[in-house]
Amino acid sequence: MWISMVFDNYRGRTRRSETMVKYNSSRIAKPERIAGMVEHLYAKLPEIESARAVLYTESFRQTESEPTVIRKAKAFAHVLDNIPIIIRPMELIVGSSTIAPRGCQTYPEFSYEWLEAEFDTVETREADPFYISGQTKEELKQANAYWKGRTTSELATSYMAPETLRAMEHNMFTPGNYFYNGVGHVTVKYEEVLAIGYEGIMDKVRAELAACKVGDGNYATKSRLLQAMLISCSAVIRYAGRYAELAEKEAAACTDPQRKSELYAIAANCRNVPARGAKSFHEACQSFWFVQQLLQMESSGHSISPGRFDQYMYPYYKKDLDAGIITREYAQLLIDCIWVKLNDLNKCRDAESAKGFAGYSLFQNLIVGGQNAEGQDVTNDLSFMCIEASFHVFLPMPSLSIRVWNGSPHDLLIRAAELTRTGIGLPAYYNDEVVIPSLMSRGASLEEARVYSIIGCVEPQVPGRTWGWHDAAFYNMCRPLELVFSGGIDCGEQIGPRTGDVTKMSTFEEFKEAYIKQQNYFISLLVNADNAIDQAHAERAPLAFLASMLDDCIRSGKTPEQGGCVYNFTGPQGFGIANVADSLYVIRRLVYEEKRVSMAELKRALMFNFGKEVNALVVSQVAGNVARELAVSGVSVTPELVAETTQKVIKTGVTREDLRRFAEIHEMIEDIPKFGNDEDDVDELAREMAYTYTKPLLQYENPRGGIFQAGLYPVSANVPLGAQTGATADGRYAGMPVADGVSPTAGYDTKGPTATANSVSRLDHGIASNGTLFNQKFHPSALAGDEALEKFVSLIQTYFDRKGSHMQFNVVDRATLRDAQANPDKYRHLVVRVAGYSALFTTLSKSLQDDIIRRTEQGF
Amino acid sequence: MEDYAQVRGRIFDIQRYSIHDGAGIRTIVFLKGCVLRCMWCCNPESQSYEIETMLVKGRPKTAGRDVTVGEVMEEVERDRQFYRRSGGGITLSGGESLCQPDFAGALLAESKRRGITTAMESMACAEYSVIERILPVLDTYLMDIKHTDAAKHRAFTGRSNELMLANAKRIAASAMTELVIRVPVIPTFNDTPEEIAGIARFAGGLPGVKRMHLLPYHRLGQDKYDGLGRKYTLTEILPPEKEHMLMLKEAAEQASHLTCQIGG
Repeated sequence: MWISMVFDNYRGRTRRSETMVKYNSSRIAKPERIAGMVEHLYAKLPEIESARAVLYTESFRQTESEPTVIRKAKAFAHVLDNIPIIIRPMELIVGSSTIAPRGCQTYPEFSYEWLEAEFDTVETREADPFYISGQTKEELKQANAYWKGRTTSELATSYMAPETLRAMEHNMFTPGNYFYNGVGHVTVKYEEVLAIGYEGIMDKVRAELAACKVGDGNYATKSRLLQAMLISCSAVIRYAGRYAELAEKEAAACTDPQRKSELYAIAANCRNVPARGAKSFHEACQSFWFVQQLLQMESSGHSISPGRFDQYMYPYYKKDLDAGIITREYAQLLIDCIWVKLNDLNKCRDAESAKGFAGYSLFQNLIVGGQNAEGQDVTNDLSFMCIEASFHVFLPMPSLSIRVWNGSPHDLLIRAAELTRTGIGLPAYYNDEVVIPSLMSRGASLEEARVYSIIGCVEPQVPGRTWGWHDAAFYNMCRPLELVFSGGIDCGEQIGPRTGDVTKMSTFEEFKEAYIKQQNYFISLLVNADNAIDQAHAERAPLAFLASMLDDCIRSGKTPEQGGCVYNFTGPQGFGIANVADSLYVIRRLVYEEKRVSMAELKRALMFNFGKEVNALVVSQVAGNVARELAVSGVSVTPELVAETTQKVIKTGVTREDLRRFAEIHEMIEDIPKFGNDEDDVDELAREMAYTYTKPLLQYENPRGGIFQAGLYPVSANVPLGAQTGATADGRYAGMPVADGVSPTAGYDTKGPTATANSVSRLDHGIASNGTLFNQKFHPSALAGDEALEKFVSLIQTYFDRKGSHMQFNVVDRATLRDAQANPDKYRHLVVRVAGYSALFTTLSKSLQDDIIRRTEQGF
Repeated sequence: MEDYAQVRGRIFDIQRYSIHDGAGIRTIVFLKGCVLRCMWCCNPESQSYEIETMLVKGRPKTAGRDVTVGEVMEEVERDRQFYRRSGGGITLSGGESLCQPDFAGALLAESKRRGITTAMESMACAEYSVIERILPVLDTYLMDIKHTDAAKHRAFTGRSNELMLANAKRIAASAMTELVIRVPVIPTFNDTPEEIAGIARFAGGLPGVKRMHLLPYHRLGQDKYDGLGRKYTLTEILPPEKEHMLMLKEAAEQASHLTCQIGG
């Protein structure tokens, strides 16, 4: 511990204060090798490899008669014993899941059909393309053949109600994440692996196994899970042993004396960890990495989040530093190496999901700062060094987050803001003062809530003991609103409640009630979909390796999927609050209060997209209605007749006078105040509309005995799901993106960041205990200079004073983004914050790029 | 206690999260009406006291509205928590706020009464007796000095500068407010090191003045001239380069003891 003078430049005056500071925050230079390592990582298009799928399937073919949990553990072990391994140039921390840098393996046990269908397009698709060789395709086809009828996805489908499947066909919501993949979204007890290693964990498992009595009711399932844990953990130790051997072999052949000694050090590390407790900071880094990497080998679940890395790594760093074994510079190098490796892991998603999660992101969220269980601030050297690593490596992973509370050191906030200023879109800022009580309202104790960390995009939880199913679905709040206008009919089909003729609704309250009715119905279907998928994972995807690192799976004898964790949630996220609030406000004002537009006129204007482009969305709705009316009139309905009539309706149904009126209505709508401008009326409506999603969810339970809790964030799904949403009464044209998270509609917030922050903080963030997302885009000029940075930090703090929960920033100018769109080669490393995570701008689809460019530039 | 809330005045905009015009996060209230006609003015709709119609992106928009101090304060109050965190407050700008001295004075007094810090951007182009009344409720006076040469000042702004320079001395001598000197750096008008050094020497001679801001010319207001059906006459000049600004900053600092910064 050392004492420093803190010079606090405040309002142009230099104020000196003496403070006990528990950390060294001085900057550390970027290590030489990092640029080379990053270069190597991004030299080529990432590649899909087949080794895991082939080995996993090979094992499964031989274990047909055994319990699923054992089969999965054996398959995991078979993969680890045989998958090709590699040490990349200059690495100090080893463990790669693929031979190709940033390559990915596949996980056919969850789903595979989409990949086979996309074999020929995956390399050229817009969002997240992957190279795949002819040989890999062949090998995967052979492996995939085994999984026909055996995937979690197929079982999940069989559990869903017919109306749920129909709603999904109509794009009311999408539970795609866990429908096609593993669950992930978890922070395990890294600290326990660092402290006692897998041998220590296996000792605990053996003790529990010894205590099982053959007469116990759960003997069969519990004993097999514990055995599966032993199989998995010992396989992980052998896997590290393979790396030790490889490092020794490469060391023996290496002629560069420095690299030779590095390779021997790597070998020695892999001999000791993760089998046993880490003896040094370097070993702790290696041990951490094997946990992080291999969780993502066991399952395709993403958002495996390191959580409070600065806390659990600190004892190892401190010990080595005090003993003179390590320098801060070397410790920084090791952290930087981990940051590089976090970007080496990759995952191929189906084309639609890739759009929703664009940017090859694995959402490995790592958070620094904040309080300990007793409520003291525990910012330390590593908190600063984690931020420093993001300066050095300057890549999207990890999703760096920072905990902010009233006791956060000012130094930490300023350093974080300096990182924000670079335009990397990191860190995301989280408010302890909202998150802690919010978690307590869901059952966490005060001590547990104080040590929270963030999963994936924005989801808070108690680490090491939560199976939160945090990213359970995308629910587009605009779609039920469309159905109010059609009385529950979408594309000619009755998919929602019959809420009656919208033109006959005589009061705004009546209209609002109809929306709530539609909303409640589709929320119940969303729950049905999620629970079906949940059940499928419990049956077909129990993960023993994961379970060995989560409370209270060993004692309860259940995997997380089966409800073995202390805390169980399902967190589907809603978005489009701004559109719904603005739409309802427009309807209240123009239709019901001022009566300047009739509901019939508005309905037609929306149906025909305010007279703008007649796109596929417009056509499909008109065609649906045409087919329905033809059927009602008794005509025999043929596709040709429908097509012909539809064309007629579109061509002749809208007169010149209609077009003029549509444009007039659109102009009136533009002049109505919108959410995001600190306008009490519309903000209050937004608060109410957010409740129509967040409150009903709380009444539902999942198969693990937990409850549903809402998130309010879209990842990047607001763009593809917006593309499936017709025109809305807030003036949004059909197919345009819907609003992102709790943020106002892009371009509608015109009064600057404080007004926007006030509006957004007027929502109830605490009830959305699965996280909220508030995105602001800043022009670099708003952050230039020390004074502006101080003001920027004040902005965040004030939003947090007002009980906002999360805030993140894009800092790039429009011209830069336009140029990057035109010349992607010049901007390969341009990072933007998309929605809860950072991505390389040039890897995003054109439409998402356009959306980012369109977002209001704040701060002029 | 005097009731300021009912005092009426004319403004054309209120801008929140202003971070370049005084300490902390500030809300700028733009008062309508000006005594000068600076050729580079980026708020041409501020010049006339009359309410005007201006085309913005092709649609007519009214520039100017009459409001009470109470109404303005309602808007200003909305960011109170941001002021508290950042040390910010209200800034009056224009136009020339001193063209509406009662309104400006009431806004500042009401802000002080509510514990909100005050600043004013102004050329001090008014009788000193008018200014004197405002000083007790003004924390920071951001005073424009555009040139030391009276003739050139008149050519580019429509008025000579004697009154303003004399006022600067008296405001400084009063020691009632923190006086900061701001110089818009306009190519062809005042962007030589000699001219900037001249202003710096003058500013440096004012008792208590410690800081000077050099505000580089920009053309962000150009479209507004079209919108008002007026002609923008400075089409030939470009914003100064960064290197040039740094050179001017050095010139200013050499000519005085002032801390000089580029931008507000």
